[in-house]
Amino acid sequence: MIADIVLVIAGALFVGVYVSWRAGRIDRLHARVDMARVALDVTLLRRSSVAQELATSGLLDPATSLLLAGAVDGTRAGGNRPRDLAESDLTRALQAAFSQPGFRASLSGKEGADELLAEVEEAAYQVFVAHKFYNDLAAVTRDARNRPLARVLHLSGHAEAPVFFEMDDSLIADKPGAPLGPAPLGPAGHTMVSSSPD
Amino acid sequence: MKIGMVCPYSWDVPGGVQSHIRDLAEALIDEGHEVSVISPADDDTPLPPYVVGAGRAVPVPYNGSVARLSFGFLSVSRVRRWLHQGGFDVLHVHEPGIPSLSLLACWVASGPIVATVHTAIPRSRVLVVTYPVLRTALEKINGRIAVSEAARTTLVEHIGGDAVVIPNGVATRRYRKAEPLPGWPGPGGAIGFLGRMDEPRKGLAVLLKAFEILGPDRPGLRLLVAGPAADAEEVLDRVPAGLRDRVALLGQVSEDDKIRVLHSVDVFCSPNTGGESFGIVTAEAMAAGLPVVASDIDAFRQVLDGGAAGELFTVGDPADLARAAGRLLDDPARRAELSAAALAAVAQYDWSVVARDVIRVYEMVMLGRTRVAVAQDTGDFP
Repeated sequence: MIADIVLVIAGALFVGVYVSWRAGRIDRLHARVDMARVALDVTLLRRSSVAQELATSGLLDPATSLLLAGAVDGTRAGGNRPRDLAESDLTRALQAAFSQPGFRASLSGKEGADELLAEVEEAAYQVFVAHKFYNDLAAVTRDARNRPLARVLHLSGHAEAPVFFEMDDSLIADKPGAPLGPAPLGPAGHTMVSSSPD
Repeated sequence: MKIGMVCPYSWDVPGGVQSHIRDLAEALIDEGHEVSVISPADDDTPLPPYVVGAGRAVPVPYNGSVARLSFGFLSVSRVRRWLHQGGFDVLHVHEPGIPSLSLLACWVASGPIVATVHTAIPRSRVLVVTYPVLRTALEKINGRIAVSEAARTTLVEHIGGDAVVIPNGVATRRYRKAEPLPGWPGPGGAIGFLGRMDEPRKGLAVLLKAFEILGPDRPGLRLLVAGPAADAEEVLDRVPAGLRDRVALLGQVSEDDKIRVLHSVDVFCSPNTGGESFGIVTAEAMAAGLPVVASDIDAFRQVLDGGAAGELFTVGDPADLARAAGRLLDDPARRAELSAAALAAVAQYDWSVVARDVIRVYEMVMLGRTRVAVAQDTGDFP
């Protein structure tokens, strides 16, 4: 009899601890996803700013300058184009500029050109990484929220489900291990984050 | 006169700017001038003899849509080579505010330069930000043309300086003859309409109501409607069931088919309720020699010479439209009279007239200037 009671209490305790652990995990995931989103925003802003610098540097012909400036302008807050589309536009505009045959050669030797190009490529690479990281965490968080137990006990509380940021994040530079050319849109390929999701 | 003209958009993609350049260049050639147009184009596109391809245009996002443009240092060197070999008296660029060949041509050229602005520039902030870079190019423009008052306003506000307004012409010769669509207009007569079916200001609803009045009394009369529509079914639903099989909806048609549509009807109807500044479609119908019934708005009153070159009816009044159209359908002599009057009236909007206005701008900017040359101080790419 006593053994049964102990067993029930122990069972209830175990369930309580487990549920609270699950709730805590979902909470931590939300916090991490928020931070990843901030990090993504920062890298996007940085990319816009160096792209703007390149557009107004006088290094490029006026048509390429105008093209880049137009794409950068679209990414600024208050634009009438959705953010994800505007950022994808900037990716493609940068690609169009950088993928001209002999683009680098045509600029090498001009003052500050190499540094500025490297900076733009680096910024684009950071966007690529931050984007993958964010979407991967968003997927894990959404998955944790959607487990039956989490749904029934409403473990995510009032926190909103993270939304995938769908943009074309293809690289403009040939960084090792990175895909070239337009990457498929959408939250495909959450492969960058190898650490355990907790 | 040797004229070098620059097209910013791919020649193989249909568009208003491309058609404008084609019609203007051909009109200038007819006037005895020598014209060379440089334009982005796919390598395998057959080009008219006066067009020089500047290589394939790159699809890039610009202003929220994907445009096919030419930019970058390779394009710069192609434009420079073309300028160098051309020995032009005047350089005429179109849409210099678009990141493409026209802007590059301004950048690398020196001498008399005329620019035509076609559309309002929606993103003035981008021009302001990049102005230090663009200034070298845009400040070289000596003469500015706007195709509309709206385009002139944006040009004055964003690029500075003033502009002459020279509207688009009508390629009247192109509209003169065409094969009617099979079976049209038919013994019972036909009325034609061109334009967006679901844009209320184009007035298709007024015409459909008028057809309800005309249809029952004239068993053979048909309606031929061509133009884009989001939902053609919905348009047809507005026609009483008994008349539906006498209304043909073609959807969007090609430039050539548009001319065939015009030659497939006896009477053309422009029932617009407003929003027209010139009425290019009406002018095109006139160039096809069609008797026109148009609503009495400023644009149509002007192009129809106050009613001398076509019938005017009270705006938005189906009964008045039915009356005017019915009278024309019953009176072949009156139709022939209006057809001749329309052809005579539309002649003043022909490209040959526009070309002479443009030549006047060329002559003005050429005064006291040398020929077009490659500037020494810009475009120092290999």
